[in-house]
Amino acid sequence: MRQKFIEISVGLLMLAGMAALAFLALQVSARGFSQNKGGFEVVAYFTNTSGLTDQAKVSFAGVTIGQVQSIEIVPSSMKAKVAMKIDKRVDYLSTDSSAVIQTAGVLGEKYVAIYPGSEDDVLKEGAEIYDTQSSIIFEDVIGKLVTNYAAKD
Amino acid sequence: MQQIGKLGRTGIAFTQSLGQSALLLWMALTAPPDRLSREFRRLVTQLYFIGVNSVLIVMLSGLFIGMVLALQGHTVLSRFGAVEALGQLVSLTLLRELGPVVAGLLFAGRAGSAITAELGFMKATEQLSALEMMGVDPLAHVLRPRFLAGLISMPILAQIFNAVAISSAWLVSTELLGIDSGSFWANMQQVVDFREDVVNGIIKAVVFGFVITWVALHEGYTAAPNTEGINRSTTRSVVIASLSVLALDFILTALMFGE
Repeated sequence: MRQKFIEISVGLLMLAGMAALAFLALQVSARGFSQNKGGFEVVAYFTNTSGLTDQAKVSFAGVTIGQVQSIEIVPSSMKAKVAMKIDKRVDYLSTDSSAVIQTAGVLGEKYVAIYPGSEDDVLKEGAEIYDTQSSIIFEDVIGKLVTNYAAKD
Repeated sequence: MQQIGKLGRTGIAFTQSLGQSALLLWMALTAPPDRLSREFRRLVTQLYFIGVNSVLIVMLSGLFIGMVLALQGHTVLSRFGAVEALGQLVSLTLLRELGPVVAGLLFAGRAGSAITAELGFMKATEQLSALEMMGVDPLAHVLRPRFLAGLISMPILAQIFNAVAISSAWLVSTELLGIDSGSFWANMQQVVDFREDVVNGIIKAVVFGFVITWVALHEGYTAAPNTEGINRSTTRSVVIASLSVLALDFILTALMFGE
């Protein structure tokens, strides 16, 4: 009787542990599972990627469709090459789509936003997005504002 | 001269007890196994005493620590207008640091002390010698199931702690602080990586479980066989295990999350 009670409560402990792990895996860290499974890689060249990091999200119309894989400098063109992995279900991005580095909120993290183009051909593995817009640097914006005000006076 | 000699003695004694405890653990783990069903039954019994009995204290602590973290995080974050980031603050703090460490400290206080006191008492009442006299190896019968149970229980307890703490933080954030439930979870999911954060937390918990049970077993097994000896060993078991958890946590964090 006592042994049975012990066995049942140990079984419950194991179940509670598994439930906790499932909770942590599915509810707390959904990103670890849902993405990175399959997809195609596209690259884009930016003059400035300030603040963008590996694993930053790639979004289209506000929906996350991929992640930044790597960021590296291409010495020949003096630009930063950003490789992005995009979910394979997203097979409707036209070849003249544009990629813009944006900020979530005022102080949020940087991400790459893709804006649709009008071509019929779509982006595939290894494709390049030509139309890019680099990240906005706050100091530059403030600097411009200040000079504008100074000019008005 | 005398001082240098004293230092040397301390060093030798420390190395000796480290080697002794490592040997003790090695012998307990490699002792010839019994019938598998009996080994399993002993393990289950110890899992009950070590793991199940610690669940309540771990859950209650998780409940309160999660709530306090949410309140305190809100105080700081609201000054920067970033209360939506509360979810990620709470979850990363818990998964990476607080979960394994606090669960480890509780485990050392609840289960480690119990193991040491039990072993010390068995030694004082010569139960261990009696086992040996009957041809039963106390290392295999008494120490091994306790060690394995500690090793298995600790990560489970730490994950239960994390889950309870994050849920209670969610409860406080949404009900008390008025943060939107959806943005709480979405912000959390954006930064928490399963392999990076959850799995590393589990590895930490396994390491802590190893050290805590090891210390507890060694202290209990080498306790002076009298009331005072048991007393001293139990205190030392908790103190050494807690300090080891904190020191190891620093090293593990530096290895796992430091660039």
